[in-house]
Amino acid sequence: MSLTGVQGVVRPYGDTTGDGRVQVSFTLPVPFGDEAERARAEGAALQLAGKMGLDPAMVVHAKGMGPDFTFFIVYGRVSHVVDLSAITVAEREFPVLPAAEVNLRIRSALGRKLVVVGACIGTDAHTVGIDAILNVKGHAGEKGLEYYREIRVVNMGAQVGVADLVARAVAEHADAVLVSQVVTQRDAHLSNTREMAAAFHAGFGLQRPLLVVGGPRFDPTAAHDLGVDKIFGRGTTPGEVASYLVHALAPSEGQGGPGGWSPPGEGQGGPGGWSPPGEGGA
Amino acid sequence: MTGKLNLDPALVAQARELARLAGQPVTDLARTHTTVSVERAVLRLGGLDGADEDGMPWVNRLTDAVRESVGLEHGVALPAWDALLTGGYPDLRTLAVDAGSGLVKFRLPTGADADAARESAARSVRKGLDRIDAQRAERGRMLAATSDPPMPWIYLIVATGDIYEDIPQAQAAAREGADVIAVIRSTGQSLLDYVPEGATREGYAGTYATRENFRLMRGALDDVSRELGRYVRLTNYASGLCMPEIASLAGLERLDMMLNDCMYGIIFRDINPVRTFIDQRFSRQVHARAGIVINTGEDNYLTTADAVDAAHTVVVSQLLNEYFGREAGLADAQLGLGHAFEINPEVPDSFLLELAHAQLIRELFPDAPLKYMPPTKHMTGNVFAGYLLDAFFNLAGVMTDQSILLIGMMTEGIHTPFLSDRDLALENVRYVRRAAGRLGESFRPEPDGFVAQRARQVLGEAIDLLRGIGSQGLLTAIGEGTFGVTRRPADGGRGLDGVVKQAGGYYNPATQMLEVTV
Repeated sequence: MSLTGVQGVVRPYGDTTGDGRVQVSFTLPVPFGDEAERARAEGAALQLAGKMGLDPAMVVHAKGMGPDFTFFIVYGRVSHVVDLSAITVAEREFPVLPAAEVNLRIRSALGRKLVVVGACIGTDAHTVGIDAILNVKGHAGEKGLEYYREIRVVNMGAQVGVADLVARAVAEHADAVLVSQVVTQRDAHLSNTREMAAAFHAGFGLQRPLLVVGGPRFDPTAAHDLGVDKIFGRGTTPGEVASYLVHALAPSEGQGGPGGWSPPGEGQGGPGGWSPPGEGGA
Repeated sequence: MTGKLNLDPALVAQARELARLAGQPVTDLARTHTTVSVERAVLRLGGLDGADEDGMPWVNRLTDAVRESVGLEHGVALPAWDALLTGGYPDLRTLAVDAGSGLVKFRLPTGADADAARESAARSVRKGLDRIDAQRAERGRMLAATSDPPMPWIYLIVATGDIYEDIPQAQAAAREGADVIAVIRSTGQSLLDYVPEGATREGYAGTYATRENFRLMRGALDDVSRELGRYVRLTNYASGLCMPEIASLAGLERLDMMLNDCMYGIIFRDINPVRTFIDQRFSRQVHARAGIVINTGEDNYLTTADAVDAAHTVVVSQLLNEYFGREAGLADAQLGLGHAFEINPEVPDSFLLELAHAQLIRELFPDAPLKYMPPTKHMTGNVFAGYLLDAFFNLAGVMTDQSILLIGMMTEGIHTPFLSDRDLALENVRYVRRAAGRLGESFRPEPDGFVAQRARQVLGEAIDLLRGIGSQGLLTAIGEGTFGVTRRPADGGRGLDGVVKQAGGYYNPATQMLEVTV
């Protein structure tokens, strides 16, 4: 999508329009000891700055760090221009919301806590991923789903059988099931996920909970093929997962359309009842 | 160093007494139960090391075999050493190999056989404790041969996942001024019910805590300590499901400080509360013996809750950690109680509030080497503002006489620190120490001014919370979500299946020797 309203090219702004001035800092593995070494180090920094498009460049600070490294701060004028018309913005299908907003959305849309059952299925004992998403401790500076007041988390841990997972999802009236798969030998992550999805489809039909899978080796676009609703890849934070759950399960008024979900309607079995995902979603 | 805040000594004494009342039933529970990890620690102290071809430690294989055969109600030592003697095994490893293959029939010996097994077990475990004692003495020799840096100690973290990368980074950090090196563990190690073996080169956002990694890093820091004429301390994490074993390995390999909180694993890792308290007591007994300073994890409360609203929960947790620590034999000088600089900088008077909290803790625990944690929650990615906030943290640290300063990184939350991030962070703290290191002696809050009043308010709230716990018991309070934001019932969480009630005649040579020294 191109940005409308701002067209043309721009340069970085230091103190005058179009001056192109920027500041960068970096470390090179070069010594900064005697005079000759210092001169060589600064020359190395200037060479890098030049290759980065800074011309002219000025090393304003150089400091040796131990015998082998030098830290530099460099100011310079970049020769590059930014073409605003060429910018495309990748659209996420859902906005990432702060925790308070997630809680509020669940309260107003569901009127009860959102129930998440998580597990590592098959022989996978790597609970790192699922724990990073579920444990209060969280991941990448974000607290896990347990931290959210309006989310009730049931973490079944590692090496959970698919039948046990389905049974627990029934017993807990799960709104969503989160499954983590790290081990990928012989594509175990794919076959386990298909098996899990099939069991939920068989056991629940269209009333099934939202199925979310995560792991470092999944193709995030393969959700439909694997029979699940969403796949998260490496580097996913708990906040993204929480926001997705809210997007899918507790839509704000007016939300809907492709990829949106209907809230559980009456007559669908009460809590834990589900509408299927809209086909054709992003 | 006391009396800047006009704290009422009667109130302080009352807070301690309430903490004791809350903790006492938990201590009783820990004295009458054992866990798989406590028993595995006994085997480790008794000399059993190594792992099978799948990487499962022999202590796990042997403990599991004993448990399956005769249970752990009487401890692992009695049946294990009995099988060792009666089966004519040369050592525990050989026994464990056979036991792992189901070739050993364990029994609960009686009479003279039991005496022989107990005697043999005690002899072996004594050797382990002798090594811990020798390492403690070696620390003293190293401190004498080099020097003990003045407080506050500068605490820096390395965490590459590869012990052979960690070592040069740790040595470089020491040369740049770090007094304490912490090797962050691989994410999720706390949830493994075994301790990995050997030197490791792969981890998730950290390096596995293994005995060999401990040994390699301690050796490397000894080298750099001699080079610098200053003893550089090494820290790791005795937390999670293997707390007693990791504490034992830390003692055997002369680590100097260990993260060891009474409730962290329960609240933040969903480890069963009962399991945690039993494991914790044993691990603290080992730390006491080894001369290891524990670091507690109260900073974590402030990353989940608001640092102003939850200030009193930090004090409550510190009082509990102090009670449990002293009960296990730790001296006050081994209680590195934690807290953190985590108030939102947008809050008016935020720095004054930080000073009030830090000074309160300093006065409540005058002999404890307090560990002060830098801002993380309000580090936004604006590295320039973050650098300023870290400077204020360092200033609060020197003004309130904190003992261990974890050095804040301007790139907190962005990436694992660059070499240059660490260098700039050290430049920051060096400047503050040089410019304002003695500011504490001139820092006299007005007796009824904002800082002193705020400190007294937090103490009052802490007492109220402790009073509430007292009537329902600590386990109930944890189950109802009093700490952090989650409820952790006593029958939930990981590791409960590893808890065993001691039967009459339970025998644990390590505990016997460690209790005697208390």
